[in-house]
Amino acid sequence: MPAKRPNNPARELLFGDLWEFDPAPETADPNIAPRYQLFINGKFTAPKSKKYFDSISPRNEAKVSEIAHAGDSDVNAAFEAATAAFPKWSKTPGAERGKYLYRIARLLQDRAREFAVAETIDGGKPIRESRDFDLPMSAAHFFYHAGWADKLDCAMPGRRLEPLGVAGQIIPWNFPLLMMAWKIAPALATGNTVVIKPAETTSVTAMKFASILQDAALPPGVVNIVTGARETGAAIVGHPAAAKIAFTGSTAVGKWIQRELAGSDKRLTLELGGKAANIVFEDAPIDQAVEGIVNGIFFNQGHVCCAGARLLVQESIASEILHKLKLRMRHLRVGDPLDKNTDIGAINSLAQLQKIRDLVQGGIRQGAEIFQTECRLPKKGFYFAPTLFSGVSSSHRIAQEEIFGPVLSILTFRTPEEAIEKANNTPYGLSAGVWTDKGSRILKMSAELKAGVVWANTYNKFDPASPFGGFKESGFGREGGKQGLLDYAKLA
Amino acid sequence: MNRLPITKTPKCLVGGAFIRSESGRVYPLQDSSGEFFANIPLCTRKDLRNAVEAAAKAFSSWSARSAYNRGQILYRLAEMIEPRAEELVRAIMTTQPDRPAAESEVQTAIDRIVHYAGWTDKYGPLLGSVNPVASSHFNFTVTEPMGIVGIIAPEESSLLGLLSMILPAITSGNAVVALTSHARPYSSILLGEMLAVSDLPAGVVNILTGARADILPTMATHEHIRAVYACVGKAGRTEIQKGCAESVKRTVFLDEEKTIDWHSESAQGLDKIRSFVESKTVWHPIGN
Amino acid sequence: MKSGNPLSLRKLVCKVGSVDEVGLGERVAKYSTRSLKKESKIFALRLAASMVDLTTLEGKDTPGKVAALCLKALHPHAGASVPCAAAVCVYPSMVRHAKPILRGTKVKIASVATAFPSGQAPLATRLAEVRAAVGDGADEIDMVINRGAFLAGELNLVQDEISAVREACGKSALKVILETSELETGDNIRAASFLAMQVLREGDFIKTSTGKTAANATLANNQIMLDAIRDHYFATGVEIAMKPAGGIRTAKQAVTFLIAVKETLGDRWLNNTRYRFGASALLNDLARQLMKEKTGRYQAPYTFSEASGSY
Repeated sequence: MPAKRPNNPARELLFGDLWEFDPAPETADPNIAPRYQLFINGKFTAPKSKKYFDSISPRNEAKVSEIAHAGDSDVNAAFEAATAAFPKWSKTPGAERGKYLYRIARLLQDRAREFAVAETIDGGKPIRESRDFDLPMSAAHFFYHAGWADKLDCAMPGRRLEPLGVAGQIIPWNFPLLMMAWKIAPALATGNTVVIKPAETTSVTAMKFASILQDAALPPGVVNIVTGARETGAAIVGHPAAAKIAFTGSTAVGKWIQRELAGSDKRLTLELGGKAANIVFEDAPIDQAVEGIVNGIFFNQGHVCCAGARLLVQESIASEILHKLKLRMRHLRVGDPLDKNTDIGAINSLAQLQKIRDLVQGGIRQGAEIFQTECRLPKKGFYFAPTLFSGVSSSHRIAQEEIFGPVLSILTFRTPEEAIEKANNTPYGLSAGVWTDKGSRILKMSAELKAGVVWANTYNKFDPASPFGGFKESGFGREGGKQGLLDYAKLA
Repeated sequence: MNRLPITKTPKCLVGGAFIRSESGRVYPLQDSSGEFFANIPLCTRKDLRNAVEAAAKAFSSWSARSAYNRGQILYRLAEMIEPRAEELVRAIMTTQPDRPAAESEVQTAIDRIVHYAGWTDKYGPLLGSVNPVASSHFNFTVTEPMGIVGIIAPEESSLLGLLSMILPAITSGNAVVALTSHARPYSSILLGEMLAVSDLPAGVVNILTGARADILPTMATHEHIRAVYACVGKAGRTEIQKGCAESVKRTVFLDEEKTIDWHSESAQGLDKIRSFVESKTVWHPIGN
Repeated sequence: MKSGNPLSLRKLVCKVGSVDEVGLGERVAKYSTRSLKKESKIFALRLAASMVDLTTLEGKDTPGKVAALCLKALHPHAGASVPCAAAVCVYPSMVRHAKPILRGTKVKIASVATAFPSGQAPLATRLAEVRAAVGDGADEIDMVINRGAFLAGELNLVQDEISAVREACGKSALKVILETSELETGDNIRAASFLAMQVLREGDFIKTSTGKTAANATLANNQIMLDAIRDHYFATGVEIAMKPAGGIRTAKQAVTFLIAVKETLGDRWLNNTRYRFGASALLNDLARQLMKEKTGRYQAPYTFSEASGSY
């Protein structure tokens, strides 16, 4: 048992202004057009609705671009194009289909920096993350699935995978381009065609991606991108030509889609919300655990469905973890996401910022103890300081509801069984974290935790080869790996 | 003077016990000649609730058993049923008097049990994987049973159809609550009697009889049931899917309006098992 | 921890905690993504220069070579305003040649002792070497720990030897070289850091490497030791200093190490009484980058005198 390392409050490290970093803005040109049309049948097409809406940058509330608002007839045109493209695309030899995906992967890599800047401006995530995570991972998903296209007989023993038809796909705003890659790559690899809708607040990189599809000479209609808000999504869900709906987003909307599809015989996969427990035992490598906790909740401003939002710490090390967490949080640089040194950027939208504020106020009202780092937030734009709550009980709203922001709740436990009980005490089951040096305990805990992804001694790791998806009300179906492939195919 | 034979009161199987509906309601079942055969329990939503509780109790120990042990228990079930095949044939024949068809159904049913007995320790490695991620992590995907699976059995095939739906679910460690054929429940009831004396732990399979209208809505919305496997028509699918949406339940449907060849090879196999397992992916660093 | 109370490596790791190397690697990779511009960059380059222990540790060292090194430490580059180095670091036999040049200046004389780099000599011999170097005027002694004893689990012996050397140092500061590449694992490096720190005085150093093995200072082992220093500080209030040595050749590398210090130990460690670089070629690159910042032009390497570096 590790000795308690008492933290004398008089001993403080000095994190002052001796050496301040100058602004280090990323200056690459994002090439954002003033207005984006829909991408239907391989062409940029003005919406029949003639309606456009503004995309606002959360970093400074400036208008980024105008986005077409697809109405029912536009969605219909997209499905017509996808339906028309399906027979030829699905019969294109796998090796040839794969080559298109390889091309797309390469073209994304070529223009990675430009896309990263656009992603940051449009969505608010720090350039460090869009540059080092979103873009490389998006390209990796196309690269990975490209190789599957001619090996579809190998994914399920004794069976051949056949495409479903047109896949209707709806993606969220937290990883706009990456979620697009997660959705499109396996759909195309298995021979489906696609109608996809990016989130209302983050359409820019999706439309930029359309130009990559053109450069890759992907046959018209194989991928159609329609932008818009909830009605556009509803039109996709309800479209009779959709053979499958794939949705990533909130649990509430996921339930609505499942109801809508009742009786339709459309396939459905859902990747919904979470309220993951990140469990730290006293024998964990503490400094790496602290880093993992920070990465678990503050990555992408906490706009992550699998965020480690409930920290469960063994009681014997609770004060040490809390102390080290606070220390570590002081080095999180909050501010302009375009600055290369920014760790935590802008909250994606005003609505989301308001939701986070409300939940945090609720936490304070319910008596949890709040800690926020002192940081100067930019005057314009949507920002929220990294926040942690201690003295939280399982019944508190902040411990139950998905906040989808940089807010961590800390609870304690005494035994492994209690940790499992608390971790599983939620309708969600997307992910969980376990930190301990004891190998057998890791295997036991990961078996007991009701979650689709368990990160042991690490957190928030992703890979196209690694299936991702939830238990319980976090949804069904997997994305990535051979398991994800099977959700875009029928077995013959 | 002819001896008056003892008739059997058919009962449902819940948590290893033979029960009648808590409602006390029954419906009369006629045999193929139209004669009264027996009163069948008309189960209610409360019976379903009790069955789910029994299944939940059984699930934790059944799913924790080794795959080898589950395989042996399933094989033992086949061993036990084989000498009682004639009983099952006659049970089927109460409502479907075609003897060769009944014999064939029972034989396929027993063979299907053996088929799944062999799967218990093989589906895992075929559905799971070790995933070559780009970072310095060991990453593997394993399957886990979902928990409690609700089953609406086909009207047509009371023995083979029901068993074909139960087996893939329990092979991986799920527990099952099943509603039998309303018109032809007797072979299912007899199957329940055989399950009850097999090595299968009490509560792993629970068999209710009654009307779909009484059971189906509750099965769809009961939050503890994690998946529904139903052989129903379009209206049934719609109702189940709507109910399941409330707790994001997994649904697998067979279309009752199409002819299902329960004897076919494609009525069994790995993909059926896959429908009732969750994939869990675990990451761990590789380092000193 | 009391001497005489046998301590196993496992017990020590249990007590001070373990290290996960993959997570550690992810943490330090973030330091490399920090981007320094303008004044913050000049500050860092000058700070790094002031922390250099300008080093020559070669069999062919001569009094003349050491004299040149001392002058270089005092005046790193004519054109740019580069602060003088923190110290020169030489073999014990060379201390008396450095002394006349550096006496009265800000540049200290550090000497490796204790049968550097292997440490494989009887304790009495090693202590005599330390006393001789101190007697000749060394302000600082860089010792190596007994890695053989450490890996054999004789932790009390390792710690007792460090205590003995510290006694022999008198008023001179002590730098304890763990030789991280030979300890190999993060757990070992963290444990050895505590083993040393528990018998060190405020302002004494723990140091990564001799520079004589294949692997030297890395961001990762630097971080393990900074974390250990922080934890030791919180537990005892004693401020231990840190010296990565070997393999830090470029200004960019050095600045990344400094970012690790800034984000782990904070401002009080951002000076040459708490942090040093054991290096030789580094000073030239720092001067070169400072000239570039001053003139706005990239500099050719041949205008910067090449210090003959052993590492």
